[in-house]
Amino acid sequence: MTKEHANWSPYDNNGGTCVAIAGAEYCVVAADTRMSSGYNILTRDYSKIAQLADKCSMASSGFQADVRALQKHLEARHLIYQHQHNKQMSTPAMAQLLSNTLYYKRFFPYYAFNVLGGLDSQGKGCVFTYDAVGSYERVGYSSQGSGSTLIMPFLDNQLKSPSPLLLPAKDAVTPLSESEAIDLVKTCFASATERDIYTGDKLEIVILNAEGIRREYMELRKD
Amino acid sequence: MMKIDFSGLEPNTSSLRGNLNEFLSGLSTAPEFQIPNTNDFDGFQKESIQMVKPAKGTTTLAFIFKEGVMVAADSRASMGGYISSQSVKKIIEINPYMLGTMAGGAADCQFWHRNLGIKCRLHELANKRRISVTGASKLLANILYSYRGMGLSVGTMIAGWDEKGPGLYYVDSEGGRLKGTRFSVGSGSPYAYGVLDSGYHYDMSVEEAAELARRAIYHATFRDGASGGVVSVYHVGPNGWKKLSGDDVGELHYTYYPVERTSVEQEMAEVSIS
Repeated sequence: MTKEHANWSPYDNNGGTCVAIAGAEYCVVAADTRMSSGYNILTRDYSKIAQLADKCSMASSGFQADVRALQKHLEARHLIYQHQHNKQMSTPAMAQLLSNTLYYKRFFPYYAFNVLGGLDSQGKGCVFTYDAVGSYERVGYSSQGSGSTLIMPFLDNQLKSPSPLLLPAKDAVTPLSESEAIDLVKTCFASATERDIYTGDKLEIVILNAEGIRREYMELRKD
Repeated sequence: MMKIDFSGLEPNTSSLRGNLNEFLSGLSTAPEFQIPNTNDFDGFQKESIQMVKPAKGTTTLAFIFKEGVMVAADSRASMGGYISSQSVKKIIEINPYMLGTMAGGAADCQFWHRNLGIKCRLHELANKRRISVTGASKLLANILYSYRGMGLSVGTMIAGWDEKGPGLYYVDSEGGRLKGTRFSVGSGSPYAYGVLDSGYHYDMSVEEAAELARRAIYHATFRDGASGGVVSVYHVGPNGWKKLSGDDVGELHYTYYPVERTSVEQEMAEVSIS
């Protein structure tokens, strides 16, 4: 007697790619704006980047309904934190909050692949990269999503720095300036768009530094 | 006989406060995990693990010797065939005198080790003395046993120094808990065991033990595709743990397998095209 299996899945993959790069005094978080489902493009103008705090942004690819729910959850927790502590959450604190939030849905995961970028309490750039169930790590750069396997090797080639696990420790700050990092991100997405069908349309870049937050856009191939 | 009403002392698990409880209770209650509304829980978990592809694949080892406990691990995280990170911290510092190692699902290990660290700290505050390695490993094993069959993947070793001296336990997500003197866990463990077992003496010095641990992990990374990155070696002594070394395995290769000059037997000669 064969068992009937569910034909309906609660998940869908809306594609897209996210990248984040940390510098000495800035952090760049970028994502494309294409939202797809299978071979269909649902919209060319969907932002995958959420601003969780003054100095903290999160870009997520995967299932955008889960991403939206996750963003709302984190924004609510941040508001409560601000009421209780009378200050903004620091990026490392937000990073651990995101990890715990993802793990609490360990048996019904958020289908969201996230990168969190921001400035730490010393003003240095930091990027945290996650898997879908909450394991996380502070890194100098990261990419997630459908184009990540195309972009990561390129970033490793351009930005690879000594591992933080080495002893004696070697300094691991990305030596790029802010404008060089932005150019690098644009190059990454232009290349990924050529070879990944789920990446394209437009690139949204969020730059966080001591002066505040700035947004830049760049057109990508729409095919 | 009237029973005393203790209901007010129980942790607040009721739905009186609704969704707000989830936000404000923090750690006063055990984590409540949402379960998907499906008939086929196991099938759903299998599918979602396929989709989520959590990071795993590793080599970790720990052994007790005369001077304490030596703990070593690689730093690679793989998602299927893709290397998602070469710099994962697989040796988790639970407190200044206890270490845990990570093998299996990265998120599972990170989350439950962090939870264990909190419980150990609460034990210290409640009992005014440090928790023993036996106690800490039992806390973790009991939690993992209660989630047995739900798909957690944790293969960890708890290493520490308490009043009874050095202690080492292996704990896994099937609910197993073993006390021992030598363990290696992960996809690269067979290779590490080979080197570790052949070179082990109880009376090693700290440097000799560190070198043995480093070699064992290096050889595992050489042969196991899911292990690599940086070998971290920690020593746990009577004053707590200390990180002894962190070496990139690519560099270690040239110290353990130095290139030897050999005479060229067959030289490639130019062939004229005419």
